[in-house]
Amino acid sequence: MLKIDNLHVKLEEEDKQILKGLSLEVPAGQVHAVMGPNGSGKSTLSYVLAGRDGYAVTEGSATMDGESLLDMEPEQRAAAGLFLAFQYPVEIPGVGNMTFLRTAVNAQRKARGEEEMSSGEFLKAVREKAKDLQIDAEMLKRPVNVGFSGGEKKRNEILQMAMLAPRMCIMDETDSGLDVDAMRLVSDGVNALRGPDRSFLVITHYQRLLNHIQPDVVHIMSDGRIVKSGGPELALQVEEEGYGDLLAEAG
Amino acid sequence: MTETTDLDVREGVDRETVETVQSMGSYKHGWNTEIEMDYAPKGVNEDIVRLISNKNGEPAWMTEWRLEAFRRWATMSEPRWAMLNYPEIDYQDQYYYARPKSMEVKPQSLDDVDPKLLATYEKLGIPLKEQMILAGVEGADAAPAEGRKVAVDAVFDSVSLGTTFKDELAKAGVIFCSISEAIREHPELVKKYLGSVVPQSDNFFATLNSAVFSDGSFVYVPPGVRCPMELSTYFRINAENTGQFERTLIIADKGSYVSYLEGCTAPQRDTTQLHAAVVEIVVLEDAEVKYSTVQNWYPGDENGKGGIYNFVTKRADCREARAKVMWTQVETGSAITWKYPSCILRGDESQGEFYSIAIANNWQQADTGTKMIHLGKNTRSRIVSKGISAGQAQNTYRGLVSMHPRATNSRNYTQCDSLLIGDRCGAHTVPYIEVKNTSSRVEHEATTSKVDDDQLFYCRSRGMDEEEAVALVVNGFCRDVLQALPMEFAMEAQALVAISLEGSVG
Repeated sequence: MLKIDNLHVKLEEEDKQILKGLSLEVPAGQVHAVMGPNGSGKSTLSYVLAGRDGYAVTEGSATMDGESLLDMEPEQRAAAGLFLAFQYPVEIPGVGNMTFLRTAVNAQRKARGEEEMSSGEFLKAVREKAKDLQIDAEMLKRPVNVGFSGGEKKRNEILQMAMLAPRMCIMDETDSGLDVDAMRLVSDGVNALRGPDRSFLVITHYQRLLNHIQPDVVHIMSDGRIVKSGGPELALQVEEEGYGDLLAEAG
Repeated sequence: MTETTDLDVREGVDRETVETVQSMGSYKHGWNTEIEMDYAPKGVNEDIVRLISNKNGEPAWMTEWRLEAFRRWATMSEPRWAMLNYPEIDYQDQYYYARPKSMEVKPQSLDDVDPKLLATYEKLGIPLKEQMILAGVEGADAAPAEGRKVAVDAVFDSVSLGTTFKDELAKAGVIFCSISEAIREHPELVKKYLGSVVPQSDNFFATLNSAVFSDGSFVYVPPGVRCPMELSTYFRINAENTGQFERTLIIADKGSYVSYLEGCTAPQRDTTQLHAAVVEIVVLEDAEVKYSTVQNWYPGDENGKGGIYNFVTKRADCREARAKVMWTQVETGSAITWKYPSCILRGDESQGEFYSIAIANNWQQADTGTKMIHLGKNTRSRIVSKGISAGQAQNTYRGLVSMHPRATNSRNYTQCDSLLIGDRCGAHTVPYIEVKNTSSRVEHEATTSKVDDDQLFYCRSRGMDEEEAVALVVNGFCRDVLQALPMEFAMEAQALVAISLEGSVG
């Protein structure tokens, strides 16, 4: 599904190298976690994959089903099935959450040459999915993320994910700012979306999210590279020992 | 007009809007109709004023009124206090009167109508029956109407081409006709109210208009009548080098209600064109008028060439107690906009509202706002202004809130927001506030923000392209004002917001 090979990325403005030869591969249907200390380049990885401005790829490649992501506009990546759940979801005053969702769903459908969703169909789908995430009608009407609590914002990201039905989901520190209950809701939402055709790249600081969303593979990231990969036990090791020993061991 | 659900109109832009944008190109009304025209000679002098009056078949008092205005105008000079920068206008290098030749004889059916004129109506989106009536086809009023009911008056260059649904309106006692017809048929009303809100001497442009106005719309709603349909005027400048000077007079008698819509378009031309209209609204006791404008005059090209110079005086006089007026405007066109729709709150407990979206892109300049003059006790006013600047445009909000000594216990609330797209445009806010009593309250809130890259990236990461993303964010910014528009106009306005901002990013 997603294949990143020897990716080198620097900040456009500062001439600062962030990713220094990162490689990883997420096969279809698998959940991979990326863990790493602050400043290891985790968020940069998610932004570069989604196509945010301000980063220059100096070497390497990132492909989804063999197609180069790096040549696509952000909206093309979205239409191709890539989704990024933001660490800090953006507020858009005056634009109803529902309108935003519908515009997004239909923009993607149109880009793929599919028929647009009718109002009726759309409403039905949203209500169903919102219910699972305990998002009420009131929250659907409010302007996108404006005045939402931390937990509401993250649940809203998962609602978007559910509505857009992407094949490759990247979650950037979705657990940050969540209390225990919200974490469970979000995890349940994600687990419900797991399937043989959908893959996840879960970027996180802490192991606790991975108690709820069981990863197939855990990657440890440091200084712009994956330094170690392993099974779920790797996350537990981080939890117990911290990154220090692991990183020293990786050299 | 596109069909859509409630939800979309209230909450922002939808797919149709974006498709419309894509299918339209940047200025959808940029076509021009090649119709044989009758012109008065270039320039303005007493003879031209007499000629216009004569062409309209006006009585002597009207001719005198115009001449008086002209003589005064000749002594006045153009105001230059606005934050607008444009070359000197040569008032003698314009045509002041143009009229389609085919209108000299009344056609019998649509087949006799100049097909180019009909094509014009089609492009303006005017329904067929209304087209027939506008083209002056005899007996067209008897033909069955389709769809929505909006009475339309179309002003093509200087001449009103006709008004639809006249009979039905007449049954309710509503008079809706061209101002030239009103001068002939209802002189008592015109004499009483014309110039009573915007006097001949009001300002340079209004005075010029008083001298040379060629046509426009007239509305009278009798006491206690709720006008049975929306009234609408389409203004179109077609002829080249022709100034357009419409005059609109609306009178809402005691306890009546009317909603009036005004739409404006013009062809793409390399040369600039002058437009100086006057709108006067008289609102009597307990009456209410809603006046909505979607102004989409040609704004000039992306290098600032051509476009309409729009100098407009619009004013409503809430003359008696509990009179209410609401101005809503969506200003997307014109190279230069100079426009301050105002409310004189003379009657006790009268209310004025002003909702405005002003978009300036490329090299457009807009200096627009409102004046709320509180004269009566317990009067209320509310101003919501949304200015959007993109490209190299300059957008100024200029407003006056004045509480006179007698206007005790009055309130004003002003919210004035500016949005910047890109780093070469400007937004300016110039509020004037005068309070001359101790019991009134004036609130002013203002914000300036940029469409930020994070918002655009967020939208794009969800699948919207860049223009769609900008349209969505900007429509969100304008939401309070879009909600104040009548439904049909709201759709058009949303689409316009998107079109006007094309090419403003990336």
